[in-house]
Amino acid sequence: MDKFLTVNYEKCTGCRLCELVCSVVHEGVSNPAKSSIQIVKWEDEGRYIPMICQSCEDAPCQKVCPVGAITRDKTFGFMSVNYDACIGCRMCVEVCPFGAMNYNRTTHKVFKCDLCGGDPQCVKFCEVKAIEFVPAEVISSQQKREGAARQYAAAQKQASSIAEAAA
Amino acid sequence: MALDRKIAYINLSTGQTEIKPIPLELRKKFIGGRGLDAYLLYNHTPQGCDPLSPENPLIISGGLLTATCASATARAHFMAKSPLTGLLGSANMGGFFAPELAWAGFHHLVITGKAEKPVYLWIHNGEIEIRDAAGLWGKTSADTQWAIREELGDEEIKSAVIGPAGENLVRYACVMTGIKNAAGRTGMGCVMGSKNLKAVAVRGTMDIKISYPLEALEFNKKFIEQITSAKVNKTQGALGTPFIWGATNCWGGIRTRNFQYNQMENADDIEPEAIDEIANKTIGPHHMAGCFGCQVHCRTQYRIPSGPYAGKYDEGPEYTSLGAFGAEPDCKSAETLLTANYLVNQYGVDNLEIGSIISWAMELYELGIIGSKETDGLDLSFGNEKALLEMIHRICTRKGWLGNVLADGGVPAAASIGKNSFDYLIQVKGMNNLHSDERATPALALGIATASRGSDHLRSRPAIDLYHLPVDVLRKIYSSPIAYSGPLSSEQTEYVGKAWEVFWQENCYMAVDCLGICKYHTVFLGATLPNFEDWPKAIYYNTGLEFTPEDIWAVADRCNNIERLFNLREGLTRNDLSKGDTLNHRYFDEPLRRGAPDVIGLSIDRDKFNGMVDEFYGHHGWDQNGLPTAETLKRLGLDQEPTHLL
Repeated sequence: MDKFLTVNYEKCTGCRLCELVCSVVHEGVSNPAKSSIQIVKWEDEGRYIPMICQSCEDAPCQKVCPVGAITRDKTFGFMSVNYDACIGCRMCVEVCPFGAMNYNRTTHKVFKCDLCGGDPQCVKFCEVKAIEFVPAEVISSQQKREGAARQYAAAQKQASSIAEAAA
Repeated sequence: MALDRKIAYINLSTGQTEIKPIPLELRKKFIGGRGLDAYLLYNHTPQGCDPLSPENPLIISGGLLTATCASATARAHFMAKSPLTGLLGSANMGGFFAPELAWAGFHHLVITGKAEKPVYLWIHNGEIEIRDAAGLWGKTSADTQWAIREELGDEEIKSAVIGPAGENLVRYACVMTGIKNAAGRTGMGCVMGSKNLKAVAVRGTMDIKISYPLEALEFNKKFIEQITSAKVNKTQGALGTPFIWGATNCWGGIRTRNFQYNQMENADDIEPEAIDEIANKTIGPHHMAGCFGCQVHCRTQYRIPSGPYAGKYDEGPEYTSLGAFGAEPDCKSAETLLTANYLVNQYGVDNLEIGSIISWAMELYELGIIGSKETDGLDLSFGNEKALLEMIHRICTRKGWLGNVLADGGVPAAASIGKNSFDYLIQVKGMNNLHSDERATPALALGIATASRGSDHLRSRPAIDLYHLPVDVLRKIYSSPIAYSGPLSSEQTEYVGKAWEVFWQENCYMAVDCLGICKYHTVFLGATLPNFEDWPKAIYYNTGLEFTPEDIWAVADRCNNIERLFNLREGLTRNDLSKGDTLNHRYFDEPLRRGAPDVIGLSIDRDKFNGMVDEFYGHHGWDQNGLPTAETLKRLGLDQEPTHLL
């Protein structure tokens, strides 16, 4: 299934409920340090950006793993850690460009988003829809529509300024 | 789990710290948060102590449900004997500090003593360290937080800090976290300053085990639906709290020119929609931010649009700033309002108190009670926007005669100014009223008069009283969990039944303050929001503790009574104008001059008001002097206090 977890950071209010939900769903505890999603903040500017696994096509975590413990889940397409093979070297943590591979200091294991088995719970609790789980074709069509809206708005603005100048 | 969060005692004079578990017995009696803080304050404060002395304990807490799967459990609570009022000091803030404190292993901190030099506390994963704050002293609230992160090398640290106002012992300095979250009232930042304590920095990665995780999450979803389906919260989420100011100003409930009028005219520039437009232009369409785990997201983000501080990032302005820097001083420009909001956030001072006190001084200036000698030449006329901003600077830095005097709070300032200046000071128990005008609304007037921390709208205000709800709806809300068969009235200008509403709300707000939940998630502005019936399940699924709605009511009643005992011990008497449960004479003697037709001409009827106070005392089980009877104390299990169990 080609569905992606997507982020619209402009919508994020920075409440971090997704972090709480993720750790409760997976570990039964409230602890953002054990959440696979984390909100990175620049509080002095009010910028909040949810950081998640991007399920890269050419995934650095998979490439760097010396024991081949990271593979792509056949059903949902996310990168999955095989803990029987994992030796806990944390190379994947170091190479992930998004910081989306994490380390659990209680179990001493790496962990990452598993899309909650195809039904990501963070999405269900994000009332402002800053994170969504959408099919691949919708992602690009959404972006096209938003881009088109921006272009249209710019054209309208230009047209009205020309009209104003003429008047 | 939540129940294994600890209490830490920190003595800044000796540098000693002690960590203890919190006995289950006390959880059952006081739950946590503000309630348990009140128990600690009553047990740890020497009677009659100077609020700025080392023995005054500063108590900091999160609630029982902080950082669990209940909605909006972001609130941190601060308590001490107030340097502003000499009575109960108590203030509460959102943001992300309280959850971080819980993840660091603690629910309560009791800080006593005084450090020789400026210090800050560094609390992380069960450990407490007292660190040198020489490099932080003098910094603004925001810069202090960023500097701590840089020093300790962790961007996720959350700090509760004081700004220059706290360092300068402005009696109503607040504690800040983030850009604008403030434990604003009663001068808790001044207590920190008196202890040479610049900040409490926390960071935690410790598990809080959820007793029934899936049930807790599922139940939280129900909460979220309840919260987000309320129209009032949708509006809050779009316009922030200024929308309340706009609505209240329409009918005439906003005090203007100190207390001369009850409605601001020509307020177009600072109406909520105008502020929203500035946020749109300076930040973008998505400019609302939320505290931990909250769906209301009522915090507006903006940049100051023009003037000497143009481009500075800030958050708010809250409902309170619109009154404090708009209507009360009768200043009409958004630039001034947003600049004032920015300044108080940076200085770390209570916006309500400073705006109200400056407006009082403006009225004294208008009346000739003070003149240019006292103001060092500053023209303190109403509407002088530059003077408003200048007075904020002067008070926070204690500059000039008047700046220094006003920094001591209204009642001491009235003593310094003399003449009949006290008659114009709109305060209860030594704390100024926020900008709302309660002369048309007896229920709200009773609320501010009897609030345990002095004039305040967040202790017992039955805000839904303004909605003209049908009596059967009111009865449904106010007859649970304790039956009430007395009269109720839909009419906001009435006196009947209002004492019960205030009593009920007082217990309701105490309950959320014990749990650590924001008041926008209970019956405050929305009649359909969660209350006593909804909390037992949230408590059970998250902590495993069993409470009935009646149990929670009893805890809240107990906690309100221990706050009362503290106030009585420190000198509260019913009719004392600066330490009692009464109002400035202007509430009774000066009728309203503006607003809706049914509001013009109203004032509070003194006899009926006294009748409401009698009734309110009766509901509490207090005698006619406002003292809990022996029977009441026994019923609530407070007859042996102080018991020193913690």
